[in-house]
Amino acid sequence: MSQVNRLGSGGYIDRTQTLTFTFNGNQYTGYKGDTLASALLANGVGIVNRSFKYSRPRGIVAAGAEEPNAIMQLGATEAAQVPNIRATQQALYSGLTARSTNGWPNVENDAMGLIGKLGGPMMGPGFYYKTFMAPASMWMTYEKFIRKAAGLGRSPKEKDPDQYDHYHRHCDVLVIGAGPAGLTAALAAGRSGARVILCDEQEQMGGHLLDTRDQLNGKDASLWVSQVLAELATMPEVLLLPRTTANGLHDHNFATLHERRTEHLADTAPDANQVRSRMHHVRAHQVILASGAHERPLVYANNDVPGNMLCGAVSTYIRRYAVVPGQRLVVTTTNDDGYRAALDWAEAGREVVAIVDARPSPEGDCVKEARKKGIRIITGSAVFEAKGSKRVTGARVSGVDPATFTLTGVKDDLACDTIASSGGFSPVVHLSAHTGTRPIWRDDIIGFVPGKVKGLTSVGAVNGVYALDRILADAAEAGTNAALASGFNVAGVELPSVTKQLESKPIALFQVPHEKPTMRAPKQFVDLQNDVTAAGIELATREGFESIEHVKRYTALGFGTDQGKLGNINGMAIAARLLNQTIPETGTTVFRPNYTGITFGAIAGRHCRDLFDPERYTALHAWHLQRGAKFEDVGQWKRPWYFPVGNETMHDAVQRECRAVREKVGILDASTLGKIDIQGKDAREFIGRVYTNKWAQLGVDKCRYGLMCKDDGMVMDDGVTTCLGDNHFLMTTTTGGAAAILEWLELWHQTEWPELEVYFTSVTDHWATMTLSGPKARDLLSEITDIDLSKDTFKFMECRQGQVAGVPARVYRISFTGELTYEINVQANYAMHVWKALFAHEHKYGLTPYGTETMHVLRAEKGFIIVGQDTDGSVTPEDLGMQWCVGYDKPFSWIGQRALSRPDTRREDRKQLVGLKPVDPKVVLQEGAQIVLDPKQSIPMKMVGHVTSSYFSPTLGHGFALALLMGGSKRMGEKVYMPMADGTVIEAEVVSPIFLDPKGVRQNV
Amino acid sequence: MLHIFCPYCGEHREEAEFRPKGQAHIARPLSPEQCSDEEWADYLFFRDNPRGIHHELWVHATGCRKFFNVTRHTVSYEILETYKMGEKPKVTAESLAKGGRS
Repeated sequence: MSQVNRLGSGGYIDRTQTLTFTFNGNQYTGYKGDTLASALLANGVGIVNRSFKYSRPRGIVAAGAEEPNAIMQLGATEAAQVPNIRATQQALYSGLTARSTNGWPNVENDAMGLIGKLGGPMMGPGFYYKTFMAPASMWMTYEKFIRKAAGLGRSPKEKDPDQYDHYHRHCDVLVIGAGPAGLTAALAAGRSGARVILCDEQEQMGGHLLDTRDQLNGKDASLWVSQVLAELATMPEVLLLPRTTANGLHDHNFATLHERRTEHLADTAPDANQVRSRMHHVRAHQVILASGAHERPLVYANNDVPGNMLCGAVSTYIRRYAVVPGQRLVVTTTNDDGYRAALDWAEAGREVVAIVDARPSPEGDCVKEARKKGIRIITGSAVFEAKGSKRVTGARVSGVDPATFTLTGVKDDLACDTIASSGGFSPVVHLSAHTGTRPIWRDDIIGFVPGKVKGLTSVGAVNGVYALDRILADAAEAGTNAALASGFNVAGVELPSVTKQLESKPIALFQVPHEKPTMRAPKQFVDLQNDVTAAGIELATREGFESIEHVKRYTALGFGTDQGKLGNINGMAIAARLLNQTIPETGTTVFRPNYTGITFGAIAGRHCRDLFDPERYTALHAWHLQRGAKFEDVGQWKRPWYFPVGNETMHDAVQRECRAVREKVGILDASTLGKIDIQGKDAREFIGRVYTNKWAQLGVDKCRYGLMCKDDGMVMDDGVTTCLGDNHFLMTTTTGGAAAILEWLELWHQTEWPELEVYFTSVTDHWATMTLSGPKARDLLSEITDIDLSKDTFKFMECRQGQVAGVPARVYRISFTGELTYEINVQANYAMHVWKALFAHEHKYGLTPYGTETMHVLRAEKGFIIVGQDTDGSVTPEDLGMQWCVGYDKPFSWIGQRALSRPDTRREDRKQLVGLKPVDPKVVLQEGAQIVLDPKQSIPMKMVGHVTSSYFSPTLGHGFALALLMGGSKRMGEKVYMPMADGTVIEAEVVSPIFLDPKGVRQNV
Repeated sequence: MLHIFCPYCGEHREEAEFRPKGQAHIARPLSPEQCSDEEWADYLFFRDNPRGIHHELWVHATGCRKFFNVTRHTVSYEILETYKMGEKPKVTAESLAKGGRS
C-alpha cells in the first residue's frame, strides 16, 4: 500500500530512509522521523482500535501524549511485548510490529461491536458495578471476561531481555518541556553557569515551534530551535534529555524522569550492553514547568467516528510529518487556533469545506487570512453531529447559543471526511498537582493553571499564556530568576522577534447541544479512552453523584492510561452545568503519577532478580551448602533450616536432629543473633532501665536472660546479656530484631536519658556464634579448648574467654535447648576454622548439625518463647508467666513497669501462655488454630485463644503446642477444642508450657 | 520524597535515609508510678493530628543515627526547620499566627 496521504515535500522526515513496519499483520512503509501514528495516517489507515466498552471503531485523534484511541501492543517477539503504547509517541523504526489492544477478531469487523450496538443503551455508567456486583465469588470469572473484552493490552509471558538503570541527579534548575518556553528558560539559566537539566518527552525538542505558522526573527521557527539547542549542547553544566518524560513531581522538587534510550530503534535494545531506559531521580533546587497545553476537543454527537480529530493534531501531521489525514475538512472551533488547521490543510492542496466558529463575529488575523483564501466561515455555529460509522462522511451544523445550551437558526449538512475540532486549550497541570496542590481555574483563559508550589515556576502555555512573544519574555524571566535563586549571576538572553498576531477572544463551549436531549441523542463522547459520554455524566449526576471525584469513579472519566488528558475539563464543565455550579466550584479530580505509563522494568531498574533484595550469609554458609542444608529466610539472613541426610523428609531430619541434641551433641549456627556491644560507666544503669529484670548485682563473666518491653508493658524482645567488665556488656537480640533494638536503645539514650554515659555498637557481623548443645558438649569442646570446662568452675549462666581451636574465643554457658550448652563466639573470619575443628571429632561424639526447625522444637519443649511467634505485641511478661523475670521493686521505673498496673494489664481474662497436649498423641495442631471452650456452640463461636507454636516431639513421643489462652493459667487440666476448616474438631488438654525437665536439671550438669 | 536537613550532619539528605518516629517533645513522666492511669495513658497513646504545623521526631537511620526534630507543615509538607534534641522549635503554630513566616 502506498503512502496516499503523504505530501511530496515538507516535514521533518527523511524521505531517503524508507522503513517497513507491520500493523495488525499488514505491512506498510513510512519514513525515518515518522511516529507510528503519522505513518499509519500517511498510509490512509483510519481505524486503529476498538473502544473500551462499546467497541466502536476509533481513529487517531491527537498527535501526542493525549491520544486516547491509538493504544498499541508493541513487540515482534513474546519477550518484547509492551502494552498500551500510544502510536503518537512511538517513533517508527524498521521492523516495528504493532497490534491494536482492542478488537476481536479484528478492528475492522469486531464481534464485541455488535454487543456494543445492541447492548449500548443498557451499558450505561456503573454498568459493570451493577451487573457484576454479586456473588463476590464470581468476580474472578467476570474480571477475566471484562479484561478480554476491554482489551487493555497484555504483559509479556517471557522474561524481559532488557536492562534498565536508575540515575540519581542533583541540579540547580530542572526545566520540564522543551517548547518555546522551556528552551528560553533553559538558555537563560544555562548561560549563568547553573546546572540545568532540560527534558522533553518527544523525539525532537522544540514542541509547538516545530509545527507553528509563527515565525521567529522572520524565519522558520525551527531554525531558532536548532540554534538554541546547539548553544545548550556546548554548555558543560547543561544536560539535554530528549525522549524523556517527567512522569512524577514529588515533594521538595523531587522529579522522576523516564528517559527512553532505545525504544525509537527497536522493540528491545539493539545491543545487549545497551540500557533500554533510564529513570532519573532528580532533586532540583528550582523547577520550571513548561509542559504546555493540550487542545480540548468539542463534545458533539458521534465525535468518536474515525475522522474526528483535534485541530492542532491536523496541523502537526501536515507540518511536521507532511501527512494530510483526509481529503475534505470541516473545522469546528471556539477560538482562532482552529483556523490554523484549515489554513495548513488548504496550503497542502486539499479542500476545506468550511470553518464553523461558535463565536458570532470573530475578527482575528487568522480569521482574515482564511477569508482572504476564500474559505467558507460559518459563525455563531458548531458541528453538533458527525455522520458516518467507520469514517466521517459529513458534519451536521447549526447555530448554537452556549449560554442557553440550545441550537438556533437553520441546520446544514456538510459533506466531508474529516472534522477537526478545537474547544480551546487545557494547560498540562498534571505534574504541578502531583504533590497535592489543586489547580486554579481562570475564566479569562477558560482553563485550569497550576496552583502555587514552592520552588516551582510555570511558564508558557501551562501557565495560560498562549501568545508567543509573551511566552518567550516570561520564560526568559523565569530562567533568570531560577538561576539567581540558585546563586548564579545571570548573563541574559536576547529574545527573537515575533510577528504579533491579533487574536479575537475565545468563547466557552464544551458540549455542543443536540436537537435531541443529551440522553437520547447519539453518543457524545467526553472521554474517548474510557467510553464516557455526556449522557453518562448526566446519568451520574441524576443518580446523585455530585462530587466530581464520585462522578469520575462512577463513569470512569479520566481513568486508565489517559489520566484525564483529553476529557477531564469537558467532563467537569458538563457536570458543572448539570449541577448548576461554576467549574471552579465543581473542581478537578486529583492527578496522580505517572503522567504517562512506564514499564515495570524502568521502575525496578537493577533491583530485580538476584539484586532484588540483599541476602545475608553467615561465615559458615559455604559449609552449610556443602552439607546439603535446606535454608530458611529470617529477615535477609539465610539460616540453615534442617540438614537432611540421604532422602530424609523434613520431619525425619528434624526428629533425628532433635534426638542427637538430647542424647549426644548437636551444633547450630547462631551467628545471626543480634549482638550489641554496650560500654560506658552508666551501661549497667541503662540496661536496668530497658530490661524488665534486675542487673545491679550481675558480676563480671556472668550472663542473664532479659525481657524487653515497650512502655505499654508489652514484650518486644528478649535475649541474654553478659557482663564482660564493670562498664562493658554484650547484649544479644532476636535475629529479626537486631536493627530495631539498636535504634530503640539509641532512642531512649538520645531523647530521654542523654545524661547517661553509654555507647552502643552493633557487632552482629563481627562475631560468629556456634551453639554446641547436648550431654556430650563438654567432652567435645574440651578436645579443642584451654578453658576449664569443669562443672563447678565454669557454671551455668557464666562466660569465659580463652582459646578455642587456637583462636581467641568467648564461650557462654547458656542454653536455649535445655541441654548442657556452650555458645562459642569467635571473630567471624575464624568461624570456619573452629567449626571444622569441632567436626574433626564428629564421629567420636556423634556431633550433628541442626537447623532452626530443630531449635524451635527443642526450645518449645522447654517452654521458651520466640518473641514475635509466641507473642504479638499484646502480651505482657506476666501473660507469659515470666514474673520471675520482672523486677517489681527496682528503684528506676523501667520501660514497661508502670503499664503493668494499668486496669487492662490486670484483667483476669487476659490471654496467657499455656501448653497444649492433643488428646490424640499423633496429632500436631495447626499453628494459628483458634481455640474454643465449647465445640457444640453455634457459629460464630466464641474464640478464646490461638495456637502459637506446634511440633511433634520425638523425646516426648507426642505432638505438643504452645498457645495463648484467655485466663489460661487457671485452666490447667481443662479440655479445649480447635474446630478445623474441614469440620473436624481437635481436642487438647491445657498443661504447663514447660514439657521437658521443668527443674532444669539437664542444662545444669 | 522529602529533602531533610540533618542538624548533626549539616546537610540536606534524601528521605530514604531517615525514619519518622512520631510526634516530638513527648517527654516521659519523671515519676511514672505517681501518674494516674489517665495521665499514663495520655503519655502512651494520645498524639496530636494537626492540619498545619507539626513537630516531629525523626532519626537519620542510615546516616549518623542521631534523633532530631522537624517542624513540618502537614498540608504542604514543607519543612520549616530542623533542630537538635533538647532544643525548642523556633517556628510554631503560635509564632505563625503572630505573623511569622509561613
